[in-house]
Amino acid sequence: MDKDINITVKVWRQKGPKEKGRFETYKLDNVSQGSSFLEMLDILNEKLISEGKVPVAFDHDCREGICGMCSLYINGHPHGPDSAVTTCQLHMRKFKDGETITVEPWRSAGFPVIRDLMVDRYAYDKIIQAGGFVSVNTGGIPDANSTPIPKKNADLAMDAAACIGCGACAAACKNGSAMLFVSAKVSQLALLPQGKVEAARRAKAMIAKMDELGFGNCTNTRACEAECPKEVSISNIARLNREFISAKLQD
Amino acid sequence: MWLLNSSIGKKLIMSISGLFLILFLLFHLTMNVAAVFSEEAYNVICSFLGSNWYAVAGTGVLAAGFLIHIGYSILLTLENRKARGNDRYAVNARPKNVEWASQNMFVLGLIVVCFIVLHFSQFWYHMMFAELIGHHEVELGGQAIGTTDGAAFIKYYFSNIVVVILYLVWYVALWFHLTHGFWSALQTIGWNNTIWLNRWKIIANIFATVIALGFAFVTIFFYLKSLC
Ligand code: HEM
Ligand code: SF4
Ligand code: FES
Repeated sequence: MDKDINITVKVWRQKGPKEKGRFETYKLDNVSQGSSFLEMLDILNEKLISEGKVPVAFDHDCREGICGMCSLYINGHPHGPDSAVTTCQLHMRKFKDGETITVEPWRSAGFPVIRDLMVDRYAYDKIIQAGGFVSVNTGGIPDANSTPIPKKNADLAMDAAACIGCGACAAACKNGSAMLFVSAKVSQLALLPQGKVEAARRAKAMIAKMDELGFGNCTNTRACEAECPKEVSISNIARLNREFISAKLQD
Repeated sequence: MWLLNSSIGKKLIMSISGLFLILFLLFHLTMNVAAVFSEEAYNVICSFLGSNWYAVAGTGVLAAGFLIHIGYSILLTLENRKARGNDRYAVNARPKNVEWASQNMFVLGLIVVCFIVLHFSQFWYHMMFAELIGHHEVELGGQAIGTTDGAAFIKYYFSNIVVVILYLVWYVALWFHLTHGFWSALQTIGWNNTIWLNRWKIIANIFATVIALGFAFVTIFFYLKSLC
């Protein structure tokens, strides 16, 4: 049964990208376990505003696990202790009465802090812009049976396409590597006929951009996969390595 | 050149050099096990490998493999620290599924290197190196021993419990390094998918265990033998 709990929240506060940040500790009483984590932060912000203080800045948009905006590192886990959910889908029933909850921004050189818990994830957009698309306008929808696609490939592509670009993979990675994200984007297209045509060019361009932006080198620790809210598998990283190495060998 | 400039290229170098070192370990283990069955056979291998040009060339290739592997491990580790940024998390939790070894490969590698230095000072320096500078006998524990009498070296060092324990620590570090390294190398090459991931991990564990236990067996065998 959901109860009301009293908690202590330790939040990272940082005025701007260049400012030095620090933790602030806040007490919140009678938080319903039925509320979501972000609702808890809303309550905290209401309280701060009523006290004449500056509210905590954090990213969020859809609040239903599809946009990838929410990005909090809670108690040592990107998107919190629950598995396969985004921060916005995390509920307070995952926390106990009297618990201290530490909330940090993504910490990775590729994602500089903008303010408090908000980070700049434009780097992921730049990687997409480098090649995460099909270059031609594909026109209207053809009959599904005109291009048969093996069920297995359709499923793998769909699983890869579940990536919402939230950045938890790089945030979880001790090497600051963006490989899970890039591999999901490369795989979702490389597995299907329309995307396959440009697979080699895409893998090369996206990896070149990823390296240029200073993301790290993957050492297959699997922290990304464990923390990914969409459970994107590292077998996609193997596919990306394959695509990239064979593309380069063919040049 | 993509192999040197791109992240995946650099990882590929790491992977191929690691697999090369694994092959060498297999060879070395086979040689050691031979010593258990027949010290004469072992010494035949030792004199065969003495300071002949092909053995020296082989050692050169091996050293190159090590230097590349270690060089790139330093390069990649430094790059990765930079990519991680200067701000560390206050709370860290290792998700289950994430092997401890995978996050400590560099430290494990360093331990392995330290023991390689010890190992070289004990064996190679008195064997191949001594021959190269023109000696055919070296002094070991007050006795003159032929530089190709490998079995005598083994028996001398492995009769000392401290040396034995140090070597066992070495094998443990190697075991950890290999449990991750083996499947990671194949993943880096791209030979992996959702089904093979678990298979490779099991194969990696079995392989690392065979290697570590194999070396440990020879070491302990000669220690026990020295007691009788
Ligand atoms: C007999 C000795 C060794 C063997 C057989 C070995 C084997 C391997 C293998 C197979 C890999 C996986 C490559 C990959 O993930 O693509 C690896 C990775 C690595 N090794 Fe070694 N290695 C040895 C010694 C060393 C030494 C001496 C060091 C460093 C001082 C070292 C540091 C590393 C590092 C940092 C990695 C990267 C981790 C990763 O990418 O998964 N290794 N090693
Ligand atoms: S791969 Fe997972 S963790 Fe990484 S950006 Fe996509 S959804 Fe987020
Ligand atoms: S706010 Fe959109 S995924 Fe969480």
